[in-house]
Amino acid sequence: MKKRKNRYAFYLVLAVGFFVVANYGRYNTLEYIPISVTEATNTDTSFDKMMRVLTHERCVNCHPNDNIPKQGDNSHPHYFGMARGKTNMGFDATKCNTCHQSENDAYSGVPGAPEWSLAPAAMYWEGLTRIEIAESILDPKRNGGRTSEETMHHLTEHELVLWAWDPGVDANGVLREKPPVSKEDYIKAVKQWFAEGHRIPSE
Amino acid sequence: MTISLIVNGAPQTVEITDGNTPLLWVVRDLLNLKGTKFGCGKAACGACTLHVDGEAIRSCSYPIKLAEGKTITTIEGLGNEQDPHPVQQAWIEEIVPQCGYCQPGFMMATAALLNIIPEPTDADIDQNIINVCRCATYYRMRKAIHRAAAIQKETTAKTKE
Ligand code: FES
Ligand code: FES
Repeated sequence: MKKRKNRYAFYLVLAVGFFVVANYGRYNTLEYIPISVTEATNTDTSFDKMMRVLTHERCVNCHPNDNIPKQGDNSHPHYFGMARGKTNMGFDATKCNTCHQSENDAYSGVPGAPEWSLAPAAMYWEGLTRIEIAESILDPKRNGGRTSEETMHHLTEHELVLWAWDPGVDANGVLREKPPVSKEDYIKAVKQWFAEGHRIPSE
Repeated sequence: MTISLIVNGAPQTVEITDGNTPLLWVVRDLLNLKGTKFGCGKAACGACTLHVDGEAIRSCSYPIKLAEGKTITTIEGLGNEQDPHPVQQAWIEEIVPQCGYCQPGFMMATAALLNIIPEPTDADIDQNIINVCRCATYYRMRKAIHRAAAIQKETTAKTKE
């Protein structure tokens, strides 16, 4: 009886050992199965199109939630300790315009556009869902006191907004990524969304 | 393209084919003012800092076409041996430079800071003086910035008397 118990125990240890050895590689090579990120943003409503742009880093980098502008396609914190300052334009003597001018500079790779600055703190989008961003742009307390008509014009006409489609080259001379919807389609989508009553879907 | 500007108090006219040429190269190569330095060419180090209409600008990322009608001050125009700017005087007193390469940019950034904040705190200095010094003269620079503020205050008080 005791012998049989021992044999079971032996097989059990063998089986566990085999399982561990067989799976060793799997747990040590950080294998993962990529999940396709299609979700609802891959549809074609005017809201979806608009939000594919407004959630892109060309827009969100200057709508931070921590007063620190972000840079690049990986949205790293702005180098050199730059931050919002009192007027959204950097610090008193070293400000956005110390380096950023009214147009992109291809030689240095420093981006530029008229009124280059951070969006006011209340207009932070970083970390928000597209629904929350939509709520924010319609809320006069957070959109600079704009009516929805004014917001529509801002989103479709302001030079700093439209800079997203002419973002120039970076410090390595590589073209910055543009938002995933063309400027024309984006403008059409924003106008349509507002014309249709700017309804925010519930997701 | 013809650009008219004032550099260190003197009117200048510059003929240039590429209007995007950085102001840095116009100042150094066409106007022969070699005090303004080239460090990175990417607006990252501050060696090229000069003043455009009294404000600190990194001239390596400033196309010459934008300088039309503007007033430029370089380190050569900040002061001279007989009549140094408070920042230059403080730099001499505190013996700030090591190799010296980055120093004109730092002095121009400091002069611009003192125009706006005459008595900067350490926090003001940390935020606004963000140039790079490979010799790490930051400690002496901080002392010199405070000293420059004091000299400027004395000079202003004397002028008022
Ligand atoms: S050379 Fe202009 S910032 Fe470095
Ligand atoms: S003194 Fe040498 S780089 Fe600053």
